[in-house]
This record gives sequence, C-alpha cells and structure tokens, in this order.
Amino acid sequence: MGTAAAVAEGGLIKLGGFMALLRDHDFRIGLKETQDAALLLASPASASPRLLRTALKPLCCANHDDWMKFDRLFDAHFLARGMRSSSQLTGNPPQSQQPPRRLGDASGGQDKSPADQAAADAPGDANPADNRAQQHAATPTQALMSRDLRHIVDPAEIEKAQALAQRLARLMRARLTRRTRAARRGARLDLRRTLHRSIASGGEPLHQVWRKKKPKPLRLVMLMDASGSMALYTPWFARFMHGAINAFRQAEAFVFHTRLADIGSVLADRNMPRALDRLGLVAQGMGGGTRIAGCLADFNRYHARRALRGRALVMIFSDGFDTGAPGALAHEMARLRQRCRRILWLNPLIGWKDYAPEARGMREALPYVDHFAAAHSLESLAALEPWLTQQ
Amino acid sequence: MLTRETIAGKLAGVGYIADPDLAAVLWLMDYLGRPLLLEGEAGVGKTEVAKALAALHGCELIRLQCYEGLDQNAALYEWNYQKQLLAIRLLEGTSAAESLEAHVFSAAYLLERPLLRAIRSARPVVLLIDEIDRADEEFEAFLLELLSDFQVTIPELGTLTALSMPRIVLTSNGTRDISDALRRRCLYHYLEFPDISRETRILLTKLPQISAQLAGQVAEILASLRKEDLTKRPGVAETLDWATSLIGLKVEDLGASPEAAYACLAALLKTKDDRANISLDVITRLTGKLEAV
Repeated sequence: MGTAAAVAEGGLIKLGGFMALLRDHDFRIGLKETQDAALLLASPASASPRLLRTALKPLCCANHDDWMKFDRLFDAHFLARGMRSSSQLTGNPPQSQQPPRRLGDASGGQDKSPADQAAADAPGDANPADNRAQQHAATPTQALMSRDLRHIVDPAEIEKAQALAQRLARLMRARLTRRTRAARRGARLDLRRTLHRSIASGGEPLHQVWRKKKPKPLRLVMLMDASGSMALYTPWFARFMHGAINAFRQAEAFVFHTRLADIGSVLADRNMPRALDRLGLVAQGMGGGTRIAGCLADFNRYHARRALRGRALVMIFSDGFDTGAPGALAHEMARLRQRCRRILWLNPLIGWKDYAPEARGMREALPYVDHFAAAHSLESLAALEPWLTQQ
Repeated sequence: MLTRETIAGKLAGVGYIADPDLAAVLWLMDYLGRPLLLEGEAGVGKTEVAKALAALHGCELIRLQCYEGLDQNAALYEWNYQKQLLAIRLLEGTSAAESLEAHVFSAAYLLERPLLRAIRSARPVVLLIDEIDRADEEFEAFLLELLSDFQVTIPELGTLTALSMPRIVLTSNGTRDISDALRRRCLYHYLEFPDISRETRILLTKLPQISAQLAGQVAEILASLRKEDLTKRPGVAETLDWATSLIGLKVEDLGASPEAAYACLAALLKTKDDRANISLDVITRLTGKLEAV
C-alpha cells in the first residue's frame, strides 16, 4: 500500500478505530475493506469529512441496515457528534458482553454450501439433520432439545434454544432444496456429456447421458395460532418461523387469533429482536380467543392464490381450540386441501401425557391433515425434517 | 480517470439525473475496481444506472437477467452442439479421434454467453447482472469465483483470462438475502425514491413537452402518494407514464383537475388493494394541498 503509507499515521489510527467501531455494529469489514479505506484516505476523496463519508459509505456498507446506520456512526467517530445517542439507538451492548455472533455462525455447520451439505448426507441416514444439530451442539444442548418449551425459563437457556430453533429451520432448508443434475435416465438428453462420450466411439453416441429436471424448491406457508391457549409456545414458533423465512427462498408466514395477519415481511427482517418487536405490533390482540375457521376463510379468500401457487406445504401451528361455528373449520380445511400439496399440523399438546385430539376443531380438521405431529420441544421440531424432505 | 464532478455532469448529459452520492459511488467503482451492488425498491431506477454508466463511458452494455434455475450454460458459455455434430459427421473417417476432438472443441464451436462475452471483450464493457436475488445460491457462488479472478476455465479449451475488466453492476430487490461473501466483494448503494426536486428534473429531462408547473405538481403528488399505505409504491417509470397520460389529457394544472388525475391512476397503482385505498377523495385531498402551496 504505497499510497496509503503517505497518509499521516494519526489518520490511519483514527480510521482503524472507525473500522473497529463498524465491526462492533455488525458491519462486515474485512482486511480488504480496511486496505481500500486507507487507499481512500490518500485519495482526493479525503478532502473534507463529508466527501470522505460519501466515499466510505458504499465501501463499508453491505445491506440496507448498514446503510441506515452508517452516517450516524461516521459523524460520531470523526466529528465527535451524538456519540452517546448513537450507541443507545442501535441498541447493541458493548462487544465484550456480546457473544461473538459472527464467529459462531461461521464455525457452525449451517454455513456449508448446499453441495457440501448434500455430500454430507449419507443416503441411508434416517435423520441427518438431527444428527448434525447434535454434532455441533454439545451435551447441554441435547438436554435442551428434549425439554418441553414451557419449562425453559432461564434467559441464557432461552437464548440457546432460540439459536437452535433457527438453526433447525436452516438445516431443513438445506435438505429441501437439494437438487440432482445429470442422470442415467431422464427426460432430456444432456448433449454436452453425450457428445463428449461419443468421441471415444468415433462420433457414434453409444452412451447417452440424460438430464433430470431439478425438483423445484418447496414453498413453505406457515400459519401460527397466537391465541391465549398457545401463549407459552408462540415465542418459539415465531423464532422458528423467523429462521425459516430467512432460510427458505419461498416462504410465507401468517399469524392468526381472532383475525389473520400476514407477517412474512415483518419476519424477513434479519435482525431478530427487531422483527419480533414489530411482530408484536402487527399481531396486536395476541393472546385472546381463536377463530381458526374464520381466519382460514380469510386466508383462502385473500392470500391463498398468491401464497399457494406451485407446490406448497402448509404448516399450521395450533392446538385446535376453535370458537367458530361447528362445521366451518372442516369446510375451510377442505378448501385449503384442494389448493396445496400437503398440510402439516403441529400441535404442542401432543407432547403432553394422555393427549387425545378431542377438541371439536381438531377433530374437524384432522381428516384433511397429512401429518399430525407434536411440537412441544425442539426435538419434536427436528423430528419433522425427514418427513418434510419427502418429495 | 474521471473525477466525481465530471461524472455527475456527464450523467446529466446522458439523461440520468443522479443524486450526488451516486456520482461518488460510480467514481469509487473505477478507483477501487470493485463491482457495485445496487439495492432499492422496484422502480427506483436501478437498471437505469447501468445504462447510464454505459452511456457515460461510451461502451457496450451487456445484460444478464437472472432467474431461478439460471446455470453456467446460460450465463457463461455453451458448446454449439449442432455444429459439432455436423463437423463430426463431415470429418468422419478423414481424421484421427484426437485431432477431431481438438477440432470440435475449439473456439469456433463455443457460444459466448453474457459473462464470457463481458470478459472477452477487447474494450471494457458495462456488465449488468440484473436481479441477482432471483438466481440460485449455487449460481451466486459461481459468480463470486468469476468476480474474484476474472478468468474462466473451460475443461476442453483451457483457461480464458479477461481481456478487459468490465465494470460490473449488480442489482437486487432484496426479496432474498444474498450472501455476505458477495456483498463484501461489492460496493453498496441503496437507491431511494427521488425527492421532489430530483423527480421534477427527471420529468423535465425525459418529457420535454411537460410544463415546469405540471412537473413540479406531479413530483409533489408522487412524494405524498408514496407516503400512503400502498402495497406497491409507484416507481419512476410509473411517474413518467402518469405524467405522459396527463399531458395526453391536456392537463396544465393538477390542482384544478383532480378528476383527470384520478382517471389516469391506472398508470400509477397496479394492485387491486391500492386502487381501492386511493379513492377520488384522497386524490382531491392531495391536489387540494397543491393549491395551498
């Protein structure tokens, strides 16, 4: 960095401090960015702080969140303006108390490329996601997996369990979107490979290679019951949905109690605490009664056409306590059944001792459900994975 | 190398009214030699930036539209199989297998797709990779490789290095988050909807027949309309359509004719909910505010 060396040392130190500040605020700053920033410091762009700010901004930001915070951080560091308010507003605790989030992500298995993931899956392995989740989770985590979600109360445990819920959602995705390519038989000829082989037989294409259509990734539509009877479980499902929304290419999420709300765009926010805060605002009235039939009717009428196009899997998290008219839920479930590929109903009560689906709503809905499963612990969520990957 | 001021001036010269920060980013692209990732809502003019950049440097624009299932063969290169088969038949019996292979896998049988064309061009081009968030993640990883070393290895032919460095612009609608690795390699710019004065200037530049008064009013209405609760906020292209239809109806002063403004709303609002939300009353209220100004 010959040009960078020309800059006064004081300027470089100040810049280094700024880069550290950005990292503390979740910016993704690598060595290359710092080098380039030093290069800018030596360029005409450093003539005034304002110019330097416009030049550093595109270099250091990587997404819209960064873009929104950058100016304030820059002003705080270089112009010593509004320092206190900026750190309060971003709401990030000092680095020392915060677990090294980015580092943890990177060392976990979920950052593997899809190809790696696929390679790691032995074909006969009944439940690879489960195994993997346990591989990078030590024994205490294993205990967490099987605990009923109601009984997890310690803040540190809650945090761990949340991370686990999100990771599960990601692992499922890796399996669901796996694709095949060239194949022994298939619908279309793979001209490129066939031709290559034909060279060996003097131009006669004796061995054909075919291409198999890649299966399209599944669309996932999640409907969560947020009524009072589900209150102990909704935070977990909300986190699971957040993980799924951010991991799946095509996922939609809705929440319902007495009315239905589309929360896909809210959960798409990568910043989970903020997403959950906003979810609280959107789903106002959470914790009251349930009108499952009425909400499903709304879904069928207004959202189904958009949300269910193609192959879609509908996942309903609910205990099935409906306060609507008898027969209405069965009718709406029938309509829903016609439009989607499969319906999965997750009921946290199944995990309870001696549970039988005797609530009227649950009895009405059951004939239309393809898979009825427990969802009272993280383990039970993980157990869904092999079922989800069935084509 | 162009300075920022000349870039801003030249952008206006080619009909693109940029905000000052964008000129700085375009300068930075050249200075650091990095690709640019543009994000922003649909209709803020992301694609236009690439077009303007090409016009600015007077070079060719190569566009790669991404979609789900886009693969190397469609983006990078493909062998011309028909021609190869034909050649094999023609040369049958006349040459040995090895020389035949070397022959049919030569550059003459290679179809260049946008990415290969961009790096094999003798003069630097502007490469627009549009809506990268629609492509598969595998494609993103592959793109990363290309962006880092600017060379392509074709198994039958060897490694082809870049003849010139293309200026690369990637756009994303933010529907799917793209990987950190790709983001880190790029400069980032978030395009906002233009403010009132910039939108007025855009209208005046793109529609020479519009009066300054109408342009200002249209920009103002759009600014307040975008603050309404809409599922799909109207973009710059919609503004231009709407202004064109207003000119067609010979509207001079929007404040005096809210009905005409309402009649052309089909050019602005493109979902059923939005049409239902913005009634004649709302338009009257918005145009009423104009008179007060």
